[in-house]
Amino acid sequence: MKYGLEDNSSQQPTGQESPSRLTVYSEAALNWVNERFPLTEMWDLHIAKYYAPKNFNIWYIFGSLALLILVNQLITGIWLTMNYQPSAEAAFNSVEYIMRDVPYGWLLRYLHSTGASFFFIVVYLHMFRGLLYGSYRKPRELVWLLGMMIFLCLMAEAFFGYLLPWGNMSFWGAQVIISVFGVIPLVGDFLLEWLRGDYTISGVTLNRFFALHVIAVPMMFVGLVVFHILALHEVGSNNPDGVEIKEKLNKEGIPLDGIPFHPYYTVKDLMWVAVFLIIFSAVVFFAPDMGGYFLEAANFEPADPLKTPEHIAPVWYMTPYYAILRAIPDKLGGVIAMFSSIAVFFFLPWLDRSPVKSIRYKGPLFKIALALFVVCFLSLGYLGTQLPTPLSNLMARLASIGYFAFFILMPLYTRWDKTKPLPERIS
Amino acid sequence: MESLGKCEMSADDIDPTRRRFLTATTAVIGGLGALCAAFPFAASWMPSDRAKAMGAPVEVDLSKIEVGQKVTVAWRGQPIFVVHRSHESVETLSGDEGFLRDPLSLESVQPLYTKNRFRSIKEQYLILVGICTHLGCVPLFKPTAGELDASWPGGFFCPCHGSKYDMAGRVYQGVPAPLNLPVPPYRYLSDTVVLIGEDSVGAAA
Repeated sequence: MKYGLEDNSSQQPTGQESPSRLTVYSEAALNWVNERFPLTEMWDLHIAKYYAPKNFNIWYIFGSLALLILVNQLITGIWLTMNYQPSAEAAFNSVEYIMRDVPYGWLLRYLHSTGASFFFIVVYLHMFRGLLYGSYRKPRELVWLLGMMIFLCLMAEAFFGYLLPWGNMSFWGAQVIISVFGVIPLVGDFLLEWLRGDYTISGVTLNRFFALHVIAVPMMFVGLVVFHILALHEVGSNNPDGVEIKEKLNKEGIPLDGIPFHPYYTVKDLMWVAVFLIIFSAVVFFAPDMGGYFLEAANFEPADPLKTPEHIAPVWYMTPYYAILRAIPDKLGGVIAMFSSIAVFFFLPWLDRSPVKSIRYKGPLFKIALALFVVCFLSLGYLGTQLPTPLSNLMARLASIGYFAFFILMPLYTRWDKTKPLPERIS
Repeated sequence: MESLGKCEMSADDIDPTRRRFLTATTAVIGGLGALCAAFPFAASWMPSDRAKAMGAPVEVDLSKIEVGQKVTVAWRGQPIFVVHRSHESVETLSGDEGFLRDPLSLESVQPLYTKNRFRSIKEQYLILVGICTHLGCVPLFKPTAGELDASWPGGFFCPCHGSKYDMAGRVYQGVPAPLNLPVPPYRYLSDTVVLIGEDSVGAAA
């Protein structure tokens, strides 16, 4: 193995000349810290000596990009709270104040709102990577489950955050989603009052959503991200071949097909960060509302509890689940279907019975099923943005069936499928 | 030290039964304490006294509403529809009952004195909570026959998920809303003035 061993930034310099005074002092400082805190140990464990498979492709950049957006959301979010006022009287105007009067306020807000949409784009691609290469399979079940919990946090964060501008779509979006809990038998109405803190969505609700959006959910979010990465580094990363690199080690116990995350993947990720930032900035500067998909037109009007917008649609990233809710002509049934459409993802590690992980070695049945699932998911996403018509209802019902069939039939078609033989090592 | 203690056990001896009992009882009592401590945090989410006080009844003068017109007033922050129905509208109510989910309002929410075909005290004046029983949107008032489709007799249409109600706020079959639009408690103070949010029984709970 040519990589790895000599690659240790904390090693003694091996030059013939005596080390410079700066090197000696920084060595001493590092040693002082290391005797009191496992700094070098942590750096090595998670970055410099974390051996990742050598065959990562472009699908493996989205985890790092999601982390980048998380940092963007945290920083721009903190700056937004410096001028935002979470009350029914002041919220809408304080957002306009940020947009018009606060120096670079428009940039902070557009970075935050565009960041929300890009967070979902990147996370959906990150999850799709998991579907492609079976990254949820043993031994990575907990990586997947923790990831799904992060996804729930992300949706909660988006939902709470969407009320804060106190536009009319904010108001009615929250009204619809909170009403979902009213279907729970016996305690439904009580639960609604408890969640809203009022007989309708009001300043009380806005204020508590603000607290949840800026404190409670972000804390859980960051904690879960740490757990997600710790769990990943415990079992090691999967790869496009779905072959475990830990099964073939060299004499030093390092995977033969592994390369240290730093510098190999830090450099690769940085390159893609640059590409990502070009696209992201283009949207922030030239199309922050994305034609009504990232920021909806009805939300440029203040909240009006007496007037529902003519056409209520959630932001694009929630529309697949919303379309499922709407497709079912029964209130309780629709709500159960909507929550199930997210809950089924949690069962994925145990639904897939294929002997191989990666789509590269899976057979035609899985490929067809995955393709149909993608078509259903995208169709639902589109239908959720449109006004309901009898035809679109029918299509949403068909797509919902396809969506659930992908999961429910998975134990069958993954077992019947003709898989290709796995290579010993990454090819 | 030894001579002082009644117990002859040395410090290294452990009685596992006693330890398990202590651990279990401590955990149970501690858990109860944690639940009690959590109560104020959960209860703090209920409507505040100010929010409750804001829910006072409202008066509406019906003489100012034209025939066929709907006005919306706010009670407890909710939209309350007050509709002055025409005779033709009232007559459509007996015709469409075969297509309704709950034509007799058996499952739906209304005071006893409005549990009738018209869902009101006086036939021509309909008073409803304008919140769709599906997911809480405000339905649109579509009083004109044929406004939505050829067979539409007039009523309410929810723009969110397409639920339809007739001119008494009774829900049609085949739409996502499960129940008729609720009727708030109300009573007539005079022939033309109505008090919404309170009836002769007393203020709404």
